[in-house]
Amino acid sequence: MNPNRLAAIATKEIIHIRRDVRSLIIVVLMPAILVLLFGYGVSLDLKHLPVYVFDRNGTQASQDLLKRFQSSNYFRIAKVANSYPELAQAIDSGKATLAIIIPHDFSERLHDGGPVEIQAIVDASDDNTANLAVGYAQGVLQGYSSDLQVEWRERRGLPRQFVPLSTEVRTWFNEDLESSAFIVPGVLALVMTVIGAFLTSLTVAREWERGTMEQLISTPVTALEIMLGKLLPYFVIGMVDVGLSTALAVYWFRIPFRGTIATLFLSSALFLIVMLLLGFFISVIAKTQLAASQIALIVTFLPAFLLSGFLFAIEQMPVFIQYVTRVLPARYYVSALKNIFLKGTPVEMLYADLLPLAVFALVLVLLATRAFKKKLA
Amino acid sequence: MNHDARSVVVEELVKRFGDFTAVDHINLETRKGEIFGFLGPNGAGKSTTIRMLCGLLTPTSGRAIVAGYDVAHDPESVRQNIGYMSQRFSLYNDLRVIENLRLFAGLYDVPRSLVEERIAWALEMANLRGQEKLITGTLPGGWKQRLALGCALLHRPTIIFLDEPTSGVDPISRRQFWDLIHRMSGEGVTVFVTTHYMEEAEYCNRLAMIYRGSMVALGTPTELKHKYMKGELLLVECEPLGPAVEALGSAPDVVDAAVFGNALHLVVGNAETAIPAITEFLRKREINVTDVEKIQPSLEDVFVSLTSEHDPSRNLAVQA
Repeated sequence: MNPNRLAAIATKEIIHIRRDVRSLIIVVLMPAILVLLFGYGVSLDLKHLPVYVFDRNGTQASQDLLKRFQSSNYFRIAKVANSYPELAQAIDSGKATLAIIIPHDFSERLHDGGPVEIQAIVDASDDNTANLAVGYAQGVLQGYSSDLQVEWRERRGLPRQFVPLSTEVRTWFNEDLESSAFIVPGVLALVMTVIGAFLTSLTVAREWERGTMEQLISTPVTALEIMLGKLLPYFVIGMVDVGLSTALAVYWFRIPFRGTIATLFLSSALFLIVMLLLGFFISVIAKTQLAASQIALIVTFLPAFLLSGFLFAIEQMPVFIQYVTRVLPARYYVSALKNIFLKGTPVEMLYADLLPLAVFALVLVLLATRAFKKKLA
Repeated sequence: MNHDARSVVVEELVKRFGDFTAVDHINLETRKGEIFGFLGPNGAGKSTTIRMLCGLLTPTSGRAIVAGYDVAHDPESVRQNIGYMSQRFSLYNDLRVIENLRLFAGLYDVPRSLVEERIAWALEMANLRGQEKLITGTLPGGWKQRLALGCALLHRPTIIFLDEPTSGVDPISRRQFWDLIHRMSGEGVTVFVTTHYMEEAEYCNRLAMIYRGSMVALGTPTELKHKYMKGELLLVECEPLGPAVEALGSAPDVVDAAVFGNALHLVVGNAETAIPAITEFLRKREINVTDVEKIQPSLEDVFVSLTSEHDPSRNLAVQA
């Protein structure tokens, strides 16, 4: 390893990044854009779902029920409708996710001791939202029902109904059950994937494509110097982006950060090394930029997005897919991130996440150095 | 280190790509400080040979010793002692002139104390002083080639390999580039250069002619013209050229006939007897002959003559 040659390669790579608008944008803006996008845009919580109501009864009792919907955080009464067709149209056009119809004899039948059926129409084109909406609506009705029952018994002088069990729930680690606290730390995995694997997947392939590799390998520079010299600038950029993304998550989105900065950077460095080596390896075997970027997308970015536990819990995936995720480096990093941010897990307890990453890094060092030959054919 | 003055020694060098033999048992030796030309058409195996000599391709068989090191066993030592300019321009277009020079100074591990001096020398030699800040991609072709040569010489190699250094460069820049090559050779650097331009081949001290992977001739340009020309060369000015060259293919005494510009070049066994015979032959076919004379062959004539000998199907070589 010769320091002059290593420095020459690294300097040239930095100039390439600086002069190429696209990579500059990816390096500087992409982390912020991803954090903002996922911080604001992706919410797996349901809040203020638009509801259309059709109150055919129009009494104090029916109004009481509707107020319950209004005061719940989950719903927002978008409009009081006057006909069925209006409801149907609202559901069709997406203006309402849920429609509530109170029957004309609501208060009378309630007075007679029920039961009264409340009709709810739900837009189930997104089954997840529909399930949650129905669940929340049932919760609201249940609450109203039991209050009515208490009132009814009290009025007749009957003793309070005996309730055998109740749960007292404490949520730990993400006390407000905000999905952003769960999602935003995982964005770091996406950022590292793009910087590490996607950008570097282009660097070697570009040199083969443009013919500059032939000149490069005619000099005494070694394969290892080329690899390290090319990856070093991206490593530094990746670590800076870890800092930026974390700052944005913590200070802007108020994501709890309970671990130590050192643990975060250590885990990130390990994952970044894995991604850089993978990107380099892809670039060496692909030899064209187009092929390299497509392979990088399929092998690194999509799995990091879909199968890492970043958005979708691995425990809920089919068993076969769960096994597949075990060979994905992103899975271990996302897990480490959630542990560091939300639980403050110390580094010595992160071995289940960090050890596999170290193994990936070792395997890829061997693969990448063997694959890259200073030969034309 | 090899203390032998011979800089490049090639013995029975072969390169095969699958069934295709790109380089077929080539033998040659260069002398220190000479300009050694490698002449042949595209696809003859020139680049493949030069790439093997620079350690970029592994020979299938045979041996090549460059600057005293075996290219198959010690390519890194070879690379430290040579400069190479590939056929396609391959400096970094998005780097400034000075940044490319600094890059190659680093890659060749030029000692820090010497870097500035060497870069200044390269800029002066390439006539690029004052242009350091220009982005390489914006330079004209001739400037790019001179910069590439400067980059390849920063570590003061004893041998430089230039693979068609002047292809796609205008004639004046080409001439300037050859002045540089002569300057390098004057300073004791061995220059190994490939070309398919016949007039460039005349500038070389010695030449190897290569055709379809095989070396068909080796010597100084003058030697080649005398030694490898089978027979003597006639210049025939006549009208119309097309039917004339066709007819002469079957004429007695004519070894080869080819169009050169507005005239024909004929290879014949004996000029003295052939001149009246040819004149008569063409007159009979109603071709108007204005002049027939004996001329000194050019390298192109030698090359055409040699290749038709190696390839009977090319007996009637019509050169554009």
